[in-house]
Amino acid sequence: MESLLPDLSQAIAGTVDVGSNGVVQVDGRSRIPASGVLWSKDGVIVTAHHVVERDEGIEVGLPDGSSVPAKLIGRDPSTDIAVLQAKTGGLEPLAWTEPDTLKVGHLVLGLGRPGKNIRATMGIIGALGDGWRTPMGGRLDRYVQSDVVMYPGFSGGPLLDASGRVVGINTSALARGATITIPAPTVRRVVQAILAHGKVQWGYLGIGAQPVPLPAETVALLKQDTGLLLVSVEAEGPAGQGGLLLGDTIVSLDGSPVRHLDDLQGLLGGERVGSTIAVKVLRAGEVRELSVVVGERP
Amino acid sequence: MTSLLERLNDDVASLVERVADGVVQVKDARGGAGAGTIWHSDGLIVTNAHVVGRGPFSVVLRDGRTLQAKLLARDPDLDLAALSVEASGLPTIEIGESIVLQPGQLVYALGHPWGVTGAVTGGTVIGGSVVWPGIRRRKGDWIAVKIQLRPGNSGGALVDANGRLVGVNTMVTGPEVGLAVPVQVVKGFLKGALQAA
Repeated sequence: MESLLPDLSQAIAGTVDVGSNGVVQVDGRSRIPASGVLWSKDGVIVTAHHVVERDEGIEVGLPDGSSVPAKLIGRDPSTDIAVLQAKTGGLEPLAWTEPDTLKVGHLVLGLGRPGKNIRATMGIIGALGDGWRTPMGGRLDRYVQSDVVMYPGFSGGPLLDASGRVVGINTSALARGATITIPAPTVRRVVQAILAHGKVQWGYLGIGAQPVPLPAETVALLKQDTGLLLVSVEAEGPAGQGGLLLGDTIVSLDGSPVRHLDDLQGLLGGERVGSTIAVKVLRAGEVRELSVVVGERP
Repeated sequence: MTSLLERLNDDVASLVERVADGVVQVKDARGGAGAGTIWHSDGLIVTNAHVVGRGPFSVVLRDGRTLQAKLLARDPDLDLAALSVEASGLPTIEIGESIVLQPGQLVYALGHPWGVTGAVTGGTVIGGSVVWPGIRRRKGDWIAVKIQLRPGNSGGALVDANGRLVGVNTMVTGPEVGLAVPVQVVKGFLKGALQAA
């Protein structure tokens, strides 16, 4: 029987070849350049925040070998995404795919363009999970880990599935020793926010807080063990204006329980900025409800 | 009906079996053992310059025969050396084209990592490029491969999915990057070396 290997080998190289047209070099740091993915035909490029060390003087290397200046539209360190704009001369963006098409074990390709030519490596999806909070406090809609080796300059490049569709943006900066791919829904959300506002907005209350155990009667009432004790309240901040006081313990926000700082962070997405929400606090042994107009994190 | 993965496994095994005889052990006076690739059935063997330190040199074939080897040429900048042994009808690996290698293609490295003879590792071509962080720029060119190479792989064959020789494995840079001298560079080296000899 004819060997499958040559066909498989050619198929992989062919997928890389097609994918290479949507992958650019991003030269925005003193070390070797990294990679980026064309987002739209008008020259919007998505890359990893940590490889763009400069705000100005950024260059983008196109697949045809030419180099053009790029403007930094904005960045979101919490998800390690930066958005650039350059004259990409009618290059077509690649098709993207949603994380629910992935399974652990699927073959995937990592592409990078730290030099003029495309570089590639292959691996499998090693782990898939639900939403994941990054060490920088950002939220990835899905946790996608692969054993694709992140060679120097591969951050900001795409992870491709076996059909050559972009699964997301690879980064070596979000988890030590693991290749994490920022999945399509997260990239879309962050890119749209950056294009609209120049940054990702976060809700803001103007408080400092720490988790504390709740008294037994409150635990019985609310069915939660902990809340967030306010250790500082800015008088002119959103929480201060809404009547929250030093020593209050927040137990819920807009009906959702607040047990840890993670809960609070998750409830203060940019979509809440400007909206009025109900905040339940434990004050002097009683649960009270106050309303707060969510501000925007400076 | 066997599954696709089983067929792939069988194909890899038969590819390896087809080319394995073309890789030898190369020993120098220190007794260090690198690998060598039989280039011509009349006893021409290619290896790395760093494998052949001080003579006398010997070559162990896969069938167990040990042959004395003569050093014909050595180029430390290319990290290539040519040896000859008194033999004929040696098994060779079909010589391929390294120029047409593309990122993503499957390749296999044959050699003797840590002295384990007849070992094979598989990988994919990352790219052909001389620019790699931490690697001093030298003459010639490199193929960078996502592959596990260890001491003892040096001088061994890098073959493509058709079992054709595309490079001579040379060096490890980082845990999962192997560098190989492209077969085109080997050809140029041998041309010069054999004319001089």
